[in-house]
Amino acid sequence: MDGFEPKIIGFCCNWCAYAGADLAGISRIQYPPNLRMIRVMCSGTIEPAYILEAFQKGADGVFIGGCHPGDCHYQTGNYKTMRKVILAKRLLSQLGLNPKRLKLEWVSAAEGQRFAQVVTDFIAEVKELGPNPLKQEIAQHG
Amino acid sequence: MDKKIKLALYWAATCGGCDIATLAIGDKILKLAQVADIVFWPVAMDVKYSDVEKMPDKSIDACLFNGSIRNSENEYMAQLLRAKSKILIAYGSCSYEGGIPGLANLFNRQMIFERAYCETQSTDNPKKVYPQSKVQVPEGELEIPEFYDTVKTLTQTVDVDYFVPGCPPEEKTTWLAIEALIENKLPPKGTVISHAVKAVCDECPRIRKEKKVKKFYRTYEIIPEPETCLLEQGIVCMGPATRGGCGAVCPQANMPCTGCYGPVEPGADQGAKMVSAIASILGRENEKDLSEAEVEELMDQIKDPVGTFYRFSLPAALVNRRVKEGS
Repeated sequence: MDGFEPKIIGFCCNWCAYAGADLAGISRIQYPPNLRMIRVMCSGTIEPAYILEAFQKGADGVFIGGCHPGDCHYQTGNYKTMRKVILAKRLLSQLGLNPKRLKLEWVSAAEGQRFAQVVTDFIAEVKELGPNPLKQEIAQHG
Repeated sequence: MDKKIKLALYWAATCGGCDIATLAIGDKILKLAQVADIVFWPVAMDVKYSDVEKMPDKSIDACLFNGSIRNSENEYMAQLLRAKSKILIAYGSCSYEGGIPGLANLFNRQMIFERAYCETQSTDNPKKVYPQSKVQVPEGELEIPEFYDTVKTLTQTVDVDYFVPGCPPEEKTTWLAIEALIENKLPPKGTVISHAVKAVCDECPRIRKEKKVKKFYRTYEIIPEPETCLLEQGIVCMGPATRGGCGAVCPQANMPCTGCYGPVEPGADQGAKMVSAIASILGRENEKDLSEAEVEELMDQIKDPVGTFYRFSLPAALVNRRVKEGS
């Protein structure tokens, strides 16, 4: 779709992915501005309801960034995140939303370049998918 | 009380079980009859919609409305009874959060019509005749209610004062609401009336040790041990994501909770809470060694996540119907 700029909500953990984003910032690495980031203490605190609410309010994609397996600041939070995201994706596809709109990536605090890369790739992927079909639904039924 | 309270009961898109459940209060119905007159109850009385239309606005003291809003008739009656009633109570899961009819939101009208009027094995309909809301016959125009694409809850249609959860509501929950009504001790508007504000697990006598599940079973695949938590035995029990008040009757009968009392916190997304609960315990034991593919395999055991986690609450959920990508 031409001219479609997706809105993407990102949840990033304080210790790894958000620090990685900070590093991308201070290193002046460029990436598209479609990501609205929310800092959380651990990716494990992200409730599936946050993901659904983002989609319900019209987000075209949801990005979740956590620590690499084994690196969680709270030891095992990110393993729970992985299981939640996999189950939430199944919920999304049953509800007719493409599960590719939900992305989980592991980014460490040292990986500024990688952060910019995964976010750029995800934005391109969501652009390919087009707008969130719920937006039309919301416009029709309020 | 000087004069009797006027009570109305109505059914919209529902199975009829809620009307039976109102009778489950047993001999307390005599107590109710002493203080209340039932002015409208299609399942039990010979009444016409025109009788209600003729009543002055706010002349009914309270209306117990069961069933979800599936067609234009349901919607019309919801609006009519809202106008005529001082207190409108969404009675039962369908009215409160969409209920079983709400699972039809995984489809649309066209798909439902095709299934019901063409594809079912016992149907012979080569011309693909579907119900029309209006049809011309020699005698004039005939009209039946319009079938909607999406099932709605009562509160998505009109302003609702109270909610009574359950499919159907347990006898004690029904009485809690009726007693509050007749003694004029109603809670603040918008309250979900039930005995508990905590989860079903809080009322469940089963013993909970540690939530680590390796394998999930469907109910027909296993005979559960009678004293241990069903979830710990690998049965998807909605207890942790469901409001109590029922007295955990299903788990005590060796059947898992299916979530009919709705979310613990009114307004929360029950299915999303259950995704959290299941994801936290399934594969927890060796979580560090599991690859993504192995987690996918574990999650394959959860058949039909929407139908299981939102069995009674899909229309009230954050994403409350199936949408279509690329349309």
